[in-house]
Amino acid sequence: MYRKTFLALAVSVAAALPAFAQEPVKIGLITTLSGPGGYIGQDIRDAFKLAVDMEGGKLGGAPVDLMVEDDALKPGQGKQIAERMLTNDGVKLFTGIVFSNVAGATVPDIVDAGAFYISPNAAPSNMAGKGCNENYFVVSWQNDSLHESAGQLASNLGYKSAFVLAPNYQAGKDAITGFKRYFKGKIVGELYTSLDQTDFSAEMAQIRAANPEVVFQFHPGGLGISFLRQYEQAGLLKTVPMVLAEPSLDAVTLKSIGEAAIGLNVSSHWNSDFDNPANKKFMEAWTKAYNRMPTYYASQAYDAALEIASALKATNGSLADADAFRAALRKADFQSVRGKFSFGPNQHPVQDWYALKVEKGEDGKPVLKTVGEVFKDHGDAYADQCKM
Amino acid sequence: MSLFLEQLLNGLQFGVMLFLLAAGLTLIFGIMGVINLAHGSIYMIGAYAGAYVAAQTGSFFLGVPAALVAAALVGAAMEFLVVRRLYKRDHLDQVLATFALILIFNQVVTLLFGRQPLFVSMPSLLDGAVELLPGLTYPIYRLAIILVGLLVALGLYLLINRTRIGMLVRAGSTNREMVRALGVNVGMLYTIVFGLGALLAGLAGVMAGPILAVQVGMGEQILITTFVVVVIGGVGSIRGAFVASLLLGVVDTMLRAYLPSMLRHVMIGSDADALGAGISSMGIYLLMAVVLLIRPKGLFAPNS
Amino acid sequence: MDKSINKPFLLAGVLIVLVALPFLANAAGYPALTSLATRALIYGIAAASLNLVLGYGGMVSFGHAAFFGLGGYVVGILYQHYTQDDMLLGLIPGTNQLLVTLPATLLVSGLAAALIGALSLRTGGVQFIMITLAFAQMLFFLFVSLKTYGGDDGLIIRRANELPGLNMRDKQTIYYVYLAIAAIFFFLLWRIVNSRFGNVLVGLRQNERRMAALGLPAYRYKLAAFVISGMGAGLAGCLMANFLRFASPDMVHWTKSGELMVMVVLGGVGTLFGPLIGAAAYTILEAVLASWTEYWQLGLGFILLFVVLYTHGGIQALFARIGGRRP
Repeated sequence: MYRKTFLALAVSVAAALPAFAQEPVKIGLITTLSGPGGYIGQDIRDAFKLAVDMEGGKLGGAPVDLMVEDDALKPGQGKQIAERMLTNDGVKLFTGIVFSNVAGATVPDIVDAGAFYISPNAAPSNMAGKGCNENYFVVSWQNDSLHESAGQLASNLGYKSAFVLAPNYQAGKDAITGFKRYFKGKIVGELYTSLDQTDFSAEMAQIRAANPEVVFQFHPGGLGISFLRQYEQAGLLKTVPMVLAEPSLDAVTLKSIGEAAIGLNVSSHWNSDFDNPANKKFMEAWTKAYNRMPTYYASQAYDAALEIASALKATNGSLADADAFRAALRKADFQSVRGKFSFGPNQHPVQDWYALKVEKGEDGKPVLKTVGEVFKDHGDAYADQCKM
Repeated sequence: MSLFLEQLLNGLQFGVMLFLLAAGLTLIFGIMGVINLAHGSIYMIGAYAGAYVAAQTGSFFLGVPAALVAAALVGAAMEFLVVRRLYKRDHLDQVLATFALILIFNQVVTLLFGRQPLFVSMPSLLDGAVELLPGLTYPIYRLAIILVGLLVALGLYLLINRTRIGMLVRAGSTNREMVRALGVNVGMLYTIVFGLGALLAGLAGVMAGPILAVQVGMGEQILITTFVVVVIGGVGSIRGAFVASLLLGVVDTMLRAYLPSMLRHVMIGSDADALGAGISSMGIYLLMAVVLLIRPKGLFAPNS
Repeated sequence: MDKSINKPFLLAGVLIVLVALPFLANAAGYPALTSLATRALIYGIAAASLNLVLGYGGMVSFGHAAFFGLGGYVVGILYQHYTQDDMLLGLIPGTNQLLVTLPATLLVSGLAAALIGALSLRTGGVQFIMITLAFAQMLFFLFVSLKTYGGDDGLIIRRANELPGLNMRDKQTIYYVYLAIAAIFFFLLWRIVNSRFGNVLVGLRQNERRMAALGLPAYRYKLAAFVISGMGAGLAGCLMANFLRFASPDMVHWTKSGELMVMVVLGGVGTLFGPLIGAAAYTILEAVLASWTEYWQLGLGFILLFVVLYTHGGIQALFARIGGRRP
C-alpha cells in the first residue's frame, strides 16, 4: 500500500476521480477524523453517508459524489483541502467541519469562491453576527444557544445559586456568558480550567467549599468525561446536582461515564427518543447500519444532508443557479429529526430546546430521557447584527 | 484548613502520576541519551490494554497486569526495532523518529479500538471516600494512587541503590562511555531500562483509566508536562524526577486552586478568573524557566 | 561551506519550474497546486530559519512556533484595529498594508527572539530544547486567553494585506509575491551562511571551546543567529496569516514547532535548501495521503521513520546518493 502511495506521489499530486455518466453533485465533507475529537467527525461523516445511502446514493433525487477528508483539527489543513476541492475538483457545496477554529480559516474561502457551506456543527459567534454570509447556513445551533438553554433549565428547576466552570478559551467563555444570560439565580463561583487539564481535583475541592445549589460546567469530549468521573468520585454528584448543555454529555461521553451520570440534567435541541416520524426513521436506519448510539452530532449531520436534499430537489439537482439554490436552502423544506426547524435572519436555526434527564434504561445502562421543554422558537443573540 | 490539606493531597496525587511517567523518561534520557517523544504513547497503550481487558473480564485488577505486560512488550519491541538505531544519532533524528512513532501508535490504536473513548469502571473495592480528618474526606482510589506511586518510588530507590543493575544504571547516567568501556552488556542493560520505563508508563496509564478519558492523544497531553518534570529534576536523576514531580503537582494544583481568588482581591472578577487561569496554565513552564535560569542543568543533575 | 548554491544550472532550472508552476498547474487541471506550492514556500522559509540555529549553529530550538505565531498575530491584530478603526494600546493605529506589517513583524519577532534567546542561551543541550519550548507554550496560553483577539477561535483576517499596485486577492499574484520574497530570503540566508559570521557559527557548533580560545564571544554570536532565525520564522508567520487570512493559537502550539523541526530533518539538516525540500515534501505528503485515506497519519509515520532511519541526512542526502554524488 505504501509503495502504491509512493507511485501515486510520483505520478500526480491529486487523485483523479472516476467520471460518472450522469453528472453527480459533488459535496466536500471536511471533518476531523484523527485525534481525540475523531469520534465526532466519524459520527458526522457516518450520518451524512447514511442519508445518502438511504436514498440510494442520491440526495433530493440527484446523484451525489461525497468526498470526505480529514482536517486533523488544523485550520491550515482544512483550508488547503477546501482550496483543492474548490479549484481542482470544482466542488460547490461543502459541509462537515467540527471545530470553530477550522471553520474560521476554511469557511470564508468557500463562501468567497461563491460556493455554499452548510454547517453540521461549528457555529462561532464571529460568523453569526457581522460576519454572516448569504452562502453560509448553520443547521446545528449558534454556540451561545446551547448554554442559554442550560441557564434557562437551571432557572426552571428552581436553583438559586450556581457554580460555573469552563475551559479558558473562547467557546468556554461564550458558554459561561450564555448560561449567565438566562440563569436568574446567583453565581457563587466561576472557574476557568485549562484545555489540556486532566486532573480536576482542585476544582472539586473549591466547589465543595462554595456549596452551591447547582453546578454548570462545559467541558466537551474527553475533558468532560474526566470532569464528570472525578466529580462523581469526589462524592459531589450525590450532594450537588449538575446542569449541562449537550456538548458536555453526548452519547459517547454518557457511555464512558456509565452509571455515574444518572440524575444529570441536560438541555438539548435533539434526543434519540424524540417521537416524530423523521427521527424514528433516522434511529432505525442508524442502529441497523452502525449498531451504536448516535451522538447529537450525527443528528445534525443527518439534518444537514436532508436540508441539502430539499434544496437539490427544488433545483432539480443543479447548483448552476446559485440564487435559486440559496432561496431553496432558506426555506428549510425538510422533516428535521428534531421536529420543528427554520432559519433566522442570519441563517442560523430557530428551534425548540428541551430538558433531558439521565435515567436508568431498560438494560440497566443510563440513557437520556426527554422530560420537558426549555425554550420555544429560540434564535440567537447575534441575528440582529447580521446585515445581508 | 481541611480544604488546604485536600488541595495538598490533590497535588501529591497528580505529582505521583507524573513521577511514574517521568521516572522512565529520565532513565531513558540519562542512560541512553534518547529523547523519547513516544513515551506518552506507551502510557496510552497501557491505558487501552487495561481498559480493554477490564471490560472483557469485568475486573479492573486483571486489567492492571495486562496493561503492564502490554506496555513493557511494546516498549521492548520499540527499543529493539527503532530506538536501538538511534543511540548514536543526534537529538534531532531521535525527535523525528519518535514523532513518527506517535503518529503510528495513534493511528494503530484508532484502527484497533475505534475513535470513541473507552470506559473503565472504578473497581468497587476502591470506590467511595474515607474521612481522613474531621471535615476532610478523600476518594479511596486517589489515596491508592498515592500509595502505589510512593511504593514504586521506594522500589526504584532500592533497585538503583542496592542492586547490580542499579549500580550500572547509576554509572550509566553519570558516564555512559565508561560503562561501555568496562565491558558491560550495554545492549541488555538498555533493553531492560527501556522495558522498565515502559512498564511504569503503562502502570500510570492503567491507573489513569478510571479517572480520565481513555482516548487517542491522551499521551501527548501529559508528555510535555512529563518532560518539564524531567528537566526541572535534572536529566537522568530519579531523585530529581521524584522531587520535581511532587513539586510540579503541588504547584500546579495550588495555582489553580488559589490564584484566581487571590487575583480577585485586586481586580474585577471575570478578568481575574481569565488571567488566573492563563497564568496557572503557564505556571509549570514559568517554574521550569526560572529553575533553568538559576540551575541550568536542573535541580539534581547527576553529573554536575 | 555550502556548495549547493554553486550549481547555477540546477538552481536556474528549479527557479524556472517554480516561475512556470502556476501555468503548469492550470494546464494540468490542478490549479490548487499553486496554493500548495505557496504553503510549501512559506513553511520553507520558516524551516530554513529554524535550520540556521538548528543545523548551522547546533542550537535545537523546540519553540520556533513562538516567532511563527507572533508573525501571524502581528498581521491579525493590526488588521483587527484597522477594521475597527481604533488604536492598539491607544497608541498604534491598525493597518492592512503589507509594507507596514512586514517590517512590524520582523521587529516584533526579532525583539521576542532577542529576549527568549538571551535567557535560553544560558543553558544548552536538552535544557535548551525544553526552555525554548517553555517560552513558546507560555505564548500559546497567552494567545488562548486573549479574548479581544479571538482567543482559541483565532482571528479571521477578512482581506489579505495589500501591496500597492497588486491585486493581493489573486492566488497567482500572491504566489509570485511570496516567491520573490522567498528568493530574496534565501539569497540573504546564503550570504549569511557563507559569511565570516556563518563560519564562526559552524565553528561554535563543532567546538565551542576552541572558538572561545580564539577570543570570539560565543554567546553574542549565538544570540545574533537566534534573533535572525526568529525574524525569519516571524516573516513566515506573517506570510502564512496573509495566505490563510487567519491567525490562531494553533500557529504557536508545540506541535507546530515539532512540524518545523520535522521539515528540517526530513529535507536535510545544515543545508541551505534542505529545509525547503523538506517543507515541500511534508506539505505534499500531508495533502496526498489525506486525500488517499483517512488513516493518512499511519502512512506519514512510516515514511518519516524510513527517512530518519535509512537516509542519513534527509531527502537532500538521498537525492545526492541516487545521483552518485556525495551530499
